[in-house]
Amino acid sequence: MSCWETFRAYALRSVFSDRHSWDFTLAGHDFSLTIGAEKLLPRADFDLCQQVVLIGSGMLWNIYFGVLTLAAGFLLATLVALARGSRNPLLRKPAEWFILVFRGSPLFIQFFFGYFCFLALKNAHPAFAPFTSAAIGAAVVLFLNTAAYSAEIFRGALLSVPRGDTEAADAYGLSGWPRFRRIVWPTMLRLAWPAYTNEAIFLFHSTTLVFFSGFPATSQRGDALYYASYFADKTFNPFIPYPILAGYFILLTLVIIGLFGVMNRRLNRHLPEGRRPRLRFRPAQVLR
Amino acid sequence: MFEFCTDPDQLERLAWMACYLTTAKHTALYWSVGIVLVLLAVTAPAALLMGFGGAMAARSRIPPLAWIGRAYILIVRGVPDIAFFMFFVIALDQFFEYIRHQVKCPDWTAPIRQNGNFLVCPQAKLPLSSAPQYIHEIYGFTLAVITFAIIFGAFAANVIYGAMRAVPRAQIETAEAYGMSGRQAFWRILVPQMWVYALPGLSNLWMILIKATPLLFLLGVRDLVYWARELGGSKTPRFTDYPHGDWRIWYFLGLLVFYLVLTRISEIGLDRLMARLTRGQATAGGEAQRRAPAA
Repeated sequence: MSCWETFRAYALRSVFSDRHSWDFTLAGHDFSLTIGAEKLLPRADFDLCQQVVLIGSGMLWNIYFGVLTLAAGFLLATLVALARGSRNPLLRKPAEWFILVFRGSPLFIQFFFGYFCFLALKNAHPAFAPFTSAAIGAAVVLFLNTAAYSAEIFRGALLSVPRGDTEAADAYGLSGWPRFRRIVWPTMLRLAWPAYTNEAIFLFHSTTLVFFSGFPATSQRGDALYYASYFADKTFNPFIPYPILAGYFILLTLVIIGLFGVMNRRLNRHLPEGRRPRLRFRPAQVLR
Repeated sequence: MFEFCTDPDQLERLAWMACYLTTAKHTALYWSVGIVLVLLAVTAPAALLMGFGGAMAARSRIPPLAWIGRAYILIVRGVPDIAFFMFFVIALDQFFEYIRHQVKCPDWTAPIRQNGNFLVCPQAKLPLSSAPQYIHEIYGFTLAVITFAIIFGAFAANVIYGAMRAVPRAQIETAEAYGMSGRQAFWRILVPQMWVYALPGLSNLWMILIKATPLLFLLGVRDLVYWARELGGSKTPRFTDYPHGDWRIWYFLGLLVFYLVLTRISEIGLDRLMARLTRGQATAGGEAQRRAPAA
């Protein structure tokens, strides 16, 4: 099989485990559309191309989990950070506990616990059936997890919003929601951004845990690490699939740094040139 | 364990629970808590040592050594840690077997890698196929410990390297003015002072290390996760005296609480340590301690 054929056969293997064809007529012409992938994974005579394509195909899952949970987690994290700083104990206490539980326990155990929770819920009511799949169930767990980590970052940033900023807002007659939206929130984001970039990178890294922690990979549709370990098991040679995986993740990390760097420039655009902090990636490990 | 456990069918709820939680398999579960603690106790100093070595190498004036040190620090960044765990366990195993193969079977001509297999001569196998089960388990655990030490060593090297650079330059200059050699200044001035700068990062690493211990399960060790899955699954009366439904959710809830307690205790302990190390240091924390009214 040439490499292009391998690409056509397996590029979407992590999403479809079969081929789907549709015939349709458009403006008098007959079209046939086929998407999908080979049903069976390669079983013998593995070549480099297969490994690159399949592990790359698995990256779709990592990107899906990362983007979805980061976006949703951002909203929840802002709310939790505000609740955490609230004077009302009915808001503050639950937020404190939420952060403590999700930051104080391993994500790996959270995945297992979440999966068995959803399994029990499914037995109680069939409406919970979708949550036992990795695509939804694991996303929920990751969403809560990243929300807790980000909330802690945002809380720290909220505490360091300069007093002068809020005093100036008061002097301009801003209060409540407008004051938050126009003064506090942008400053909080600006201060939190380097740490939040770090969090985003390690969130993408921790998406690799999903398919090793209870959530089943149906018809061998898994993420990049799932396929990498598949090849390592089949070929007894870890020196090819894992470096491929590493390459993909380094690429992904660079893309994240690039995108967050653009946002960082935007958040700091009001500052005079030279006082703008440059986003330098100095990762503090956040293995969960 | 208890005498009244002879006929579990007749027992009351509470007594049944007491008997159930003390079966031989549950004892194995409790022992695996020991595995986690042993792993922490062995890995932490090993990783610290490797981190110290890595940081010293990265600071070295000899370029190749500095490159190795920096590469070691860089290597675990940008790539998911769990990928390194899974890689190192196979790679280390094959590395050891390859060395033994070269030593023990010099006249073996067949290639080691063929048709998707890794074949060394039978005498080079690790552990030997005739070895008892516990040797296999110890070997697996040792591989896991080395893997943890390599990865966390790189994290620690990163932290210690940063801490060494954070010690004020004037301190070293003063040492040199007093006529200390580079080595003396390093060991007598730099190393004792850097810990307070390294501690926040190292505390973070310790928390990460605790939270990484369930990954032992992925490395093939029979740890807490293994037993929780094993014991929690539904059991029918045919195979056990203590039949029950799917209790895995409760077992993992237990694990969740166990880890929460472990991290909380560590947090309190590390805060105390930080307070102790900050005493008398020329940092903001030390200043705050000095200003605080003697209570």
